[in-house]
Amino acid sequence: MSQTMEAPAIALEKVNKWYGTMHVLRDVTMNVAQKERVVVCGPSGSGKSTMIRCINRLETHQEGRIIVDGTELTDDLRALDTIRREVGMVFQSFNLFPHLTILENCTLAPISVRKMPKAEAEELAMDFLRKVKIPEQAKKFPGQLSGGQQQRVAIARALCMKPKIMLFDEPTSALDPEMIKEVLDTMVSLAESGMTMVCVTHEMGFARMVADRVVFMDRGEIVESGTPTRMFEDPQTDRLKLFLSQILRGH
Amino acid sequence: MNNPAAATVTQLTPAPTRERPPASVYGPMAWMRANLFSGVFSSIVTIVLGFLIVYAVYGLFQWAVVNAVWSVPTTAAGALDPTSCRLVHGVGACWAAIGDKWRFMLFGRYPYEQQWREALCLLLFIGLFWVSSDSRFWNKWLGAIWAVTLVVIFTLMWGGVFGLAYVAQDEWGGLPITLILATFGLALAFPLAVLVALGRRSTKLPAVKMLCVVYVELIRGVPLIALLFMANVMFPLFMPVGINPDKLLRAQVAIILFAAAYLAEVVRGGLQALPKGQAEAADALGLTYWQKTIKITLPQALRLVIPPLVNTFIGFFKDTSLVLTIGILDFLTSSKTAMADPTWQGVSTEIYIVVALVYVAFCYTMSSYSRGVERKLDRVRNR
Repeated sequence: MSQTMEAPAIALEKVNKWYGTMHVLRDVTMNVAQKERVVVCGPSGSGKSTMIRCINRLETHQEGRIIVDGTELTDDLRALDTIRREVGMVFQSFNLFPHLTILENCTLAPISVRKMPKAEAEELAMDFLRKVKIPEQAKKFPGQLSGGQQQRVAIARALCMKPKIMLFDEPTSALDPEMIKEVLDTMVSLAESGMTMVCVTHEMGFARMVADRVVFMDRGEIVESGTPTRMFEDPQTDRLKLFLSQILRGH
Repeated sequence: MNNPAAATVTQLTPAPTRERPPASVYGPMAWMRANLFSGVFSSIVTIVLGFLIVYAVYGLFQWAVVNAVWSVPTTAAGALDPTSCRLVHGVGACWAAIGDKWRFMLFGRYPYEQQWREALCLLLFIGLFWVSSDSRFWNKWLGAIWAVTLVVIFTLMWGGVFGLAYVAQDEWGGLPITLILATFGLALAFPLAVLVALGRRSTKLPAVKMLCVVYVELIRGVPLIALLFMANVMFPLFMPVGINPDKLLRAQVAIILFAAAYLAEVVRGGLQALPKGQAEAADALGLTYWQKTIKITLPQALRLVIPPLVNTFIGFFKDTSLVLTIGILDFLTSSKTAMADPTWQGVSTEIYIVVALVYVAFCYTMSSYSRGVERKLDRVRNR
C-alpha cells in the first residue's frame, strides 16, 4: 500500500468480542488508511456491523486494541468523546430524532458538542442539506420525509460535526429500491470529496465504483480482502465464492 | 366497430365526484341507524336504556331542583331554622346547608375572619396552574413565578408578618391543604421520579441502580396510609429532642416519596419504549450523557407516557385525602366535619355531591389539558 508511511485512520489489532459465550469477533485485524474507502461485506451474522460499531464504541471489544485517529479506545471517557467527535455514523434505521426538525437534528451536535454559535451551526447545516439536495425540507419533521430523504438527512447530520471518518452501517438496507440510488449518489459524492469511509453494505455496484478495498467477513473473522475488481472477479476462498454466488443470484 | 381500445377509454372515464355522500351513509339519521337501531335487539336496548336515562335524570332534577330547599328562615334568636329542610328529607335536596357550611368545607378550622387569606391562596394556586399550563410561559421565568407564588402562599397561610395574624399550622384546613399537598407532592415527586428512573436504567453505576430499585420496591410495597403513619409517629423519634417538623411537612414528605416511586416506574416505562437507536445516534454524535438525556431520550419518553403520567397525577390528587388518618383536615375531611353540625343533621348527600364536583372539576381539567397537549404534539409531527 502506498500510504503505509502515514499513521492509519483506524487500526484494529487482534480484536475479539463475545456476546455471552458466542464469539462474534475473532482476531479481527484491519487498518484503514487516511482517505481510504473500505467496503465491508459478508453474510448476515458475520460480525461486520459489530465490528463497525466497535470503532466508535457503541459496542465494546473485550480483547485487542482499536486505535482511531491516533487515540486508543479504552474506558477513558475523554478519549471516547474525542473519537466520537471525529467519527460520524450513519445507521440502517436512520435514527433521526423524531421530535426535532430536520434543521435541529443537524445543529444539535455542533451546538452542544462543538459549542458552535447557533447562527453558524444553522448556516453549516443548510450547506450540508444543500449538498444532500434537501434544503427545502429543513423546517419539517423526520416523520414527514421519505426513507431516502431521511437517510440523506442522517448523512448531513453526521457531516455537520465535520468528522474525519464516516462509518456507514448498512445505510441502504432499510430503503425501498427506488430510494437506494439517491442515498448511494450522496455517498459517492462524499467519497469523491476525500472522506475516510468504512461502509458495511451489500451494494456491490457502489463497492466497485468507490471502494479502494473490499473486506469480506464471515463468522466473525476477516476472510479475505483486496481491491473490488480482484475480490469480485477472482475470489480466492470458497466462502467468498459462495457468498458472491448467493448475492449475485439475488440480483 | 367493436374496437377494444374504445372500450378501455370508456372504462377510464372518472366517476363524477359528488358533493356529499347520500343521507343513508352520512349525517345524524345514518348515525342513529348505524349505532342505535341497527337491529331488533339493539333497538330494544336503545329504548330501554333511553327510558332509564330519562327516568334517572327526571328523578335527579326533582330532587336537586324542584323539591330542593335553597334557603331557610332565621329564627328570632338569630340561628337558622332547618325545619323546612327536615320536611323534604329524602325527596328534595337541602342546598341551604351548603350555603351555611361552604366556608367550613373550603377553609376548615382556619380562623373565620382570616379566611380571606386562604381564599386568596386558592386563587393564587389556580393562577399558578393556569400560567404553568400555557406554553407561552414555558421559559426561564416560570421557575421564578413558582418560587414567588409559593412564598406568597405560605406567607398568607402562616401570617405573623406584614400585620397578618399568625395562624398555627394545626388550624389550616380545607381545599388549600389539598392543593398544597397535591401541588408540592407532584411538583417535587416528578423530578425525583425522573432521577430514580434514570438511575434504575443506569448500566455503569450498579450501586445507584440497586439503590433506586430498593427505593421503588420498598415504597411501592407499603400502603400510603402506613407511610403517613410512619411519617407522623416514627419520624419524630429519629429526630433530636426539641426538633419536631410540623405535621403537614411530614405528610408532604411521605406523599412526595410515595408519588415519586410510582411516577419513576411510569417514566421508566417511557424510557424503555424508546428505540435503542435514538440513544445510539446521540452517542455517535458525541453528546454527553446529560445532553443525550435532556435533549433526546427524556422529551420523547415523557411524551410517550403522558396518559399514564396524568393517570398517576389524578390518582395522587385524590389520595391526598388520606392525610385525614393523621388528623390533617384536607378538603374532603373538613367537608365531612362540616356535616357533624347538629343543625344540619341528615344532610350528607348534598355535601358529598359538592365535594365530588370540586374533585371532578380539578381532575377533569387535568385530563382534558393532557389530551390537548397530546393533540398538539401529534400535530407538530406525525410519526
